Amino acid sequence: MLVTKRKPIDEIVGFVTGEKAVFLLGCDGCAAASGTGGEAELLELEKELAERGFEVTGHKVVDFLCQKALIRTGLRAYAEALEKADSIVVSTCGIGIQATATVADLPVHPACDTISLGGIRGEWQGEERCQECGQCFLEYTGGICPLTACAKQLVNGPCGGAKDGRCEVEPDVRRCAWEVIYERLERQGRLDLLRSAPVLVKDHAKMRPPEELRGTRRWAIDIADNEEVAR
Amino acid sequence: MKLSDLFADGKLVVTSEVAPPKGTDLAEMHENAELLRSRVDAINITDQQSSVMRLGSLVASQQLKGRGIEPVFQMTCRDRNRIALQSDLLSAWAAGIENVLCLTGDHVSLGDALGAKPVFDLDSVSLLAAARGLNAGADMEGNELAGRTDFCLGAVVTPDADPVGPQLIKMEKKVEAGAAFFQTQAIFDVEAFARFMERAKTFGVPVMAGIILLKSAGMARFMNANIAGVNVPQALIDEMAAAPKEERPAKSVEIAAKIVKDVVDLCQGVHIMPLGWEKQVPAVLDGAGL
Repeated sequence: MLVTKRKPIDEIVGFVTGEKAVFLLGCDGCAAASGTGGEAELLELEKELAERGFEVTGHKVVDFLCQKALIRTGLRAYAEALEKADSIVVSTCGIGIQATATVADLPVHPACDTISLGGIRGEWQGEERCQECGQCFLEYTGGICPLTACAKQLVNGPCGGAKDGRCEVEPDVRRCAWEVIYERLERQGRLDLLRSAPVLVKDHAKMRPPEELRGTRRWAIDIADNEEVAR
Repeated sequence: MKLSDLFADGKLVVTSEVAPPKGTDLAEMHENAELLRSRVDAINITDQQSSVMRLGSLVASQQLKGRGIEPVFQMTCRDRNRIALQSDLLSAWAAGIENVLCLTGDHVSLGDALGAKPVFDLDSVSLLAAARGLNAGADMEGNELAGRTDFCLGAVVTPDADPVGPQLIKMEKKVEAGAAFFQTQAIFDVEAFARFMERAKTFGVPVMAGIILLKSAGMARFMNANIAGVNVPQALIDEMAAAPKEERPAKSVEIAAKIVKDVVDLCQGVHIMPLGWEKQVPAVLDGAGL
């Protein structure tokens, strides 16, 4: 289970500023259980965005956004709504956001931070990885996580170490994450995003489980008994 | 003396570099610095280049300063978190250092301590922003400093990267974060460098072309195969290969001098990386008429 927390509406509005219409995507797996990605939460997000002048062309809760096949089939019936949208706002974990960004033709905005449970569960059979860092930067990187895809975890652009597009650390298995990010944003005509992004600095304090999570029933059931051992 | 003052005077700025020792014997580093002293405006001191553990660049920079040589203190993000990086910047200012080159740094996996933790808490862009903050009198958390720094901040760029687009965007971000000059990865293809400068000059920040002395055709081939952003044209490799062994240093100097001569009209300075051939640097500058 990956636990997510909705980003503040002002942050999401900052991401979609300049766009007119968006499509909302939720996840019926961990995100619904976290209270971020279910039907009710999407309707709430739709209301918040509508109040601020954004059109929501449609919304869909897919069973598991970490499964790209389910995203494809889930969105099949929404072609018209997607056609009218400038982007997709995805209310789920870092893996689901990245999987959507890989599958969708539209730019993707993260509506959630994936928060730390004191370890890392964000691995999946797909290639997407999430470190549960509590401070999702996928907005600025074309939906590709530089913390997991870049060997140096660089968040402000590439180092000079890539050779023929391969990462200097593991050239046999890794492309340069930043070249992949650059290619995707170039294809989407969104390279200005890299220029306009603020200087990003990770807040490592967010990599610890937040206090409010440790007070929840789910934490008590899943983790509290083992907390000392697990962490 | 800040490099930015020299650029402001319209001077063509020349720098070179020395590496601190693996150990405490600084004699060779000082000898190399002496070979360069009278011919360059400042000397970079590398920060555990290629991730090989060495004596630190801060103390080495301080020692050069003490001998009347202007240091460019190189600082990478590989080995220190934001607390240590900011602290070392304060220490550097207290030690009289005025020029800092901010780099991300090679990955640990390229060096001689493969099990070390790669830090990268900051990167070249956020380190520049942090250093600019110290210049303005506050740390990254916004806490006021009792006494600020006033560094001239530099950065690096790889003009011959393929694709070059991501490099140019990062260069722009470095300028916005406070970079007042750039030193480049080694330039061998002057036409490619000219194309790069067409785009880079729009940022309005001085660029110093990086120059590496080719020691042999083998070295050129090695760099082409293994060093990111270095592309030695075949014609230069052939020239080196054709030179008999005893004439290689002279041929190397001739090639480097020609590159220097060709690039100085395109940019605002040169940065010569001798990689052990410090002795040849004066001849390169003589050959280029500098």
